Amino acid sequence: MNTVLQAHGLGKKYGRRWALTDCDLVVPAGHVVGLVGPNGAGKSTLLNLAVGMLTPSAGTVEVLGAPAGAQQAKVGYVAQDTPTYARLSIEDHLRLGRRLNPAWDESLAQQRVQHLKLDPKQRAGKLSGGQRAQLALTLGLAKRPELLVLDEPVAALDPLARREFLQDLMEAVAEQELSVVLSSHLVSDVERACDYVIVLVDSRVQVSGEIDTLLATHYRLTGPRRDPKDLPRDQFVVTASHTDRQSTYLIRTEQPIHDPAWTVTQLTLEDLVLAYMGRDVQPERPVLEVQR
Amino acid sequence: MIWLTWRQFRVQFLVVATVIVAAGITLAITGPGLADDYRRLAGSFIESLGFQRFNPFLYIAGQALLYVTPPVIGAFWGAPLVARELETGTHRLVWSQSIGRRRWLATKLGVTGGAAIAITGLLSLAVTWWADPIDKAINAGQDSNTYLPRMFPPVFAARGLVPIGYAAFAFALGVALGLVIRRTVVSLAVTLAAVILIQIITPSLIRPHLLAPTDKYIVANAENVRGFGLTGDGPNPTVKELEVATGAVGAYKLSDDTVDKSGKALSTLPDWVIKCAPAPPPGLAQEPNSDADRTACFQRLADEGYRQHVRYYTADKFWDLQWREFGLFLLVAFALGGFSFWRIRRDLS
Repeated sequence: MNTVLQAHGLGKKYGRRWALTDCDLVVPAGHVVGLVGPNGAGKSTLLNLAVGMLTPSAGTVEVLGAPAGAQQAKVGYVAQDTPTYARLSIEDHLRLGRRLNPAWDESLAQQRVQHLKLDPKQRAGKLSGGQRAQLALTLGLAKRPELLVLDEPVAALDPLARREFLQDLMEAVAEQELSVVLSSHLVSDVERACDYVIVLVDSRVQVSGEIDTLLATHYRLTGPRRDPKDLPRDQFVVTASHTDRQSTYLIRTEQPIHDPAWTVTQLTLEDLVLAYMGRDVQPERPVLEVQR
Repeated sequence: MIWLTWRQFRVQFLVVATVIVAAGITLAITGPGLADDYRRLAGSFIESLGFQRFNPFLYIAGQALLYVTPPVIGAFWGAPLVARELETGTHRLVWSQSIGRRRWLATKLGVTGGAAIAITGLLSLAVTWWADPIDKAINAGQDSNTYLPRMFPPVFAARGLVPIGYAAFAFALGVALGLVIRRTVVSLAVTLAAVILIQIITPSLIRPHLLAPTDKYIVANAENVRGFGLTGDGPNPTVKELEVATGAVGAYKLSDDTVDKSGKALSTLPDWVIKCAPAPPPGLAQEPNSDADRTACFQRLADEGYRQHVRYYTADKFWDLQWREFGLFLLVAFALGGFSFWRIRRDLS
């Protein structure tokens, strides 16, 4: 299996505080990966480690088979808040990209600027947030990377600009053979753009896998009150809640559920992500990973 | 990368370069006239400058400009170089292109630092060439209250190589401080203050250690004595220190201490030395010492073994000292550049 991102025991410490601990992760190639988690979970730290902006305090991280940061030409990065040079024009930004990247795709860049109806003479400082994000994305795409990493690219955008940005990203992914990792604190962004999800809470990976597979193996069970110990061994409890008479479990299982006592409901991605986010973090429990 | 460096740097460059090129042109136009006066008027050249307006002004202006250039370059070219990128987050844009951040820094330092050295060198060359007739006349012993020998601190750092060393140092310091402080305005202010401080303390604290001065003992007499430092209450002052002429024209004296027979430096001279002074302190209704008294006093000073210990740089040590001070600051500039390369490899996100 081809991997774009592989982390082993990856950790990052700022002073005394660990922003990311014990992160083990394998992301296969060819996906649009959504990295979700609450603010401060370590999403930015993980992505910054992956693009080589930061160096790990513990463990290793490999990108496209080499240590992170070793193959800058193959990894595109759209940083948080999509920074651009306020005093440089759009034209200047494209020129910057052309001069600093050997595989620069000028026609793609020009096409995108035209498509976005941007005036090439305009300074980046005068652009709206959405336009600036699009300019940053253009630089990232025209670099022709094998992996494009985007750190909260739409966080500051209004809903319309957000949708356009993700739409453009998906179109580009469809045209170029490109793997993408993007982070967001909103499940709806991930639902719209991604086919693979990583849930990061309190600096740990809670679950990761293809969204379809995850949805097909997670269920909500509702029925008469029952102790979790009485559930079959192949059913892994994600969350549980009880009233006097009734139990609700959110479980993961590869097997069909035959017990007639349960009412079984399918989950939405949001249910699933929120369940993992809301779960008490139990470090001693092995981190779940759903394989293909 | 060179294009990007230039694109980001051109405004700052043009502002400084315009001023310096304008100054250079003015000096180039007036310089030949000044050199001509020097040849024509010979011994009365310096005196003739007293009747002019423009050339004395240019003399001061060129000197001032050479003092202002290094701090300005450090603060406005050096400090924002990395600090502005870190402050606006654009380092994450430019460092995620296909070139490494060390190559990015190398180009930035090379182009901007090269410009700093070139532009300061140009100005220093112009000023040194323009002022050469004046410096020569002063070093030949022409008397002046306005113009100092080029070995003296105010002139020394505004001639030859030293300004280039200062500019390289100021630039590298600005870059390094910007990288550490990460705020454009703060690092700009700190660089400005630091460079000015270094300019102030260099003549007294750094320069004397760069080259061994001429070390001499001179017996004071009525001819060579240049000044008396007095202390004590008004009517009965005592002499605290004596100053003597070294006899070397254009030399800069670092120290001038009175020592006794055993060679020990004195903080106060004996009471009777007041008799050596030519005139009473101002405001005192005291008779001036007679010439006979003074001669006797100096004789006693010599007989009892009091001498002046003087240390000074002679005029011919000018280029020796220039090279050493330039070399020192260039070395520090490279060390600061090395620090920046080391620092930029580490986390800056």
